[in-house]
Amino acid sequence: MSFHDGKSINKSKRLAQNAAFVIFRGLSFAVVAILVIILAFIIFRGISVISWEFLTEMPRDGMTAGGIFPAIVGTFCLVVGSMLFAFPVGVMSGIYMNEYLKDGWFKRFIKLMTNNLAGVPSIVFGLFGMALFVNRFGFGDSILAGSLTLGLLALPVVIRTTEESLKAIDDSFRVGSLALGATKWQTTSRVILPIAFPNIITGLILSVGRVSGETAPILFTVAAYFLPRLPNSIFDQVMALPYHLYVISTSGTNIEASRAMAYGTAFILILIILIVNLLANWLRKYFAKRVKMN
Amino acid sequence: MKRYFHNLGEKIIVALLALSGTVTSLTVLLIVFFLFKEGLGIFSLSPVSEGTVIAVNSQNPVKELSAHQLKEISDQNITNWQEVGGPNAPIKLFRIDDLTEYFSEEQLGKDFEFVPQRINEVIAKEPNMLAFFPDEYLAKSFQGRQLQLDNISVPDFLGGTEWYPTITPAVQMGVLPLILGTLWVSFGAILLALPLGLATAIYMAEIANSRVRNILKPVIELLAGIPSVVYGFFGLVVVVPLIQDIFGLPVGETALAGSIILGIMALPTIISVSEDAMRTTPRAMKEASLALGASKWQTIYKVIIPYSISGISTAAILGIGRAIGETMAVLMVTGNASVIPNTFLEPVRTIPATIAAELGEAPQGGIHYKALFALGCILFLLTLIINLTVDFVSAKKKENR
Repeated sequence: MSFHDGKSINKSKRLAQNAAFVIFRGLSFAVVAILVIILAFIIFRGISVISWEFLTEMPRDGMTAGGIFPAIVGTFCLVVGSMLFAFPVGVMSGIYMNEYLKDGWFKRFIKLMTNNLAGVPSIVFGLFGMALFVNRFGFGDSILAGSLTLGLLALPVVIRTTEESLKAIDDSFRVGSLALGATKWQTTSRVILPIAFPNIITGLILSVGRVSGETAPILFTVAAYFLPRLPNSIFDQVMALPYHLYVISTSGTNIEASRAMAYGTAFILILIILIVNLLANWLRKYFAKRVKMN
Repeated sequence: MKRYFHNLGEKIIVALLALSGTVTSLTVLLIVFFLFKEGLGIFSLSPVSEGTVIAVNSQNPVKELSAHQLKEISDQNITNWQEVGGPNAPIKLFRIDDLTEYFSEEQLGKDFEFVPQRINEVIAKEPNMLAFFPDEYLAKSFQGRQLQLDNISVPDFLGGTEWYPTITPAVQMGVLPLILGTLWVSFGAILLALPLGLATAIYMAEIANSRVRNILKPVIELLAGIPSVVYGFFGLVVVVPLIQDIFGLPVGETALAGSIILGIMALPTIISVSEDAMRTTPRAMKEASLALGASKWQTIYKVIIPYSISGISTAAILGIGRAIGETMAVLMVTGNASVIPNTFLEPVRTIPATIAAELGEAPQGGIHYKALFALGCILFLLTLIINLTVDFVSAKKKENR
């Protein structure tokens, strides 16, 4: 997709073009610079806070010292809990929508709903989770309520990546398998899914990243302001990394004294996102190669 | 027989898949149901603060007061009954704390058991009195007249300019400052993000070579992945003090800080959507333009941008959608003052930030709780409008092809 500027282009045209391109390049690099500044700022301030003690101890002295261990455990529980719900349901709906459902009003309806769910603001998920899981179902502020709320939020991400990875697979695989006498499910489970698998996992990883950083949906469904112990059951409240960062940077007992803790927590959140993105990118490349190979 | 089980297995699997497929649709419907069930409840409640009695002397001709009038009286901005349709007489306010001015402790009783009776006496004695007191002190044979307030109406709720959801004697539930705050911050964000995002999209789609593009793509994904609370924290420790210094403000938590942070957060959406749109420009069109002697830049702004304009508008709309719904970052940097903003250098409060900040303190099922759900409804409708607009724009685009 390359252009060839003919010699006929006169000077002023070329000048305008050069000026425009320089501006565009500059603005694009500004976007990169924004990211670099944010990352560098949090990494440089945060990395000195990270220590074994910070990662494995309870917060102390009004959350100005000690560590963030319960928040790490809490976020881990929430991520696992939400994925236990969102991953199977999301992958199965993706399969259903792409492999089974015929084009028609029902498919359009589900598509529309999925798109709308993806656009619902996270605080609305929080309201919904509170009304349904916490109050109506009586789960109270608990890991269960928080995980389900976060799971619903992650659902559209999982569905979309599943669908996209299934769509990328050529129909000849399906037709070939069916022609050999395999049933629809045999075709899906033994031919299509193994190829799509790495890309579906990408969706899982990306939603782990999304879920681990979300604050608004857990505000009223699970997050504890300060709870220096580990959860015993799925009906316990937990601390969570993003909420902890919010608390100690805005409403802690001593905001200035807990700044170091805040930088450390922000660093851990950034680290999770970096790992998630690297992993997803690597898997995507792996998948692209595999599809090509087949 | 084996075949029969086989078929049965297939059927169960299909049923399971179909069930999962409908979960998302059900979720959206459930969200709508719960949101509106709780939220619309606000319109069947009176704005009198919970557990408060508002009473006047039985001789007083004033039958109705609005929540706004009550607040003005309580703030002593209205001091004469004439202003609210009564006789020309000063309004004498009575609150429960004032009781000691009228009676000694003995008269009130050791366990305050005579308080209801004493309140009754005070109101009966003073024809110009307007009394607010907790309903536990309402005497059984109360001789004054209790004022009932009209339920909160839709125009009051949407058009009211004051948001004081917890004051007594009557709560003020006007969401206009919150709606305007949300739109104000979001449009500011788009103003900042759109030029930057579009330029990056054009650069990535048409100008950069694949090596640069391979650097830019993950950068934009990372920008999209950073949690909003981290953006908020960055805004709090970097952007807010910066704004405070540059403009010499008493506080740096302003609409501008919110717009800057939200603008950064909206960038990935704007870039990726508009880049995708530009990429769909048919090669033949570009080449025809070049063959006619247009430069690459002329081709970009006379062919590619007009061709992908619907995609670009989709990008802008989605960016606004992202900004409107964003909660934590805004909550942390905008200062959260519920006043209608005049400039970008004032604190504002948005709808999501209000819900996040206040729902924890609102008693479940009360008027404040319902008001926050009603705010959730407004937010949901705003994003629904945005989604439908996007659907409409892209459907139209398909039609045009």
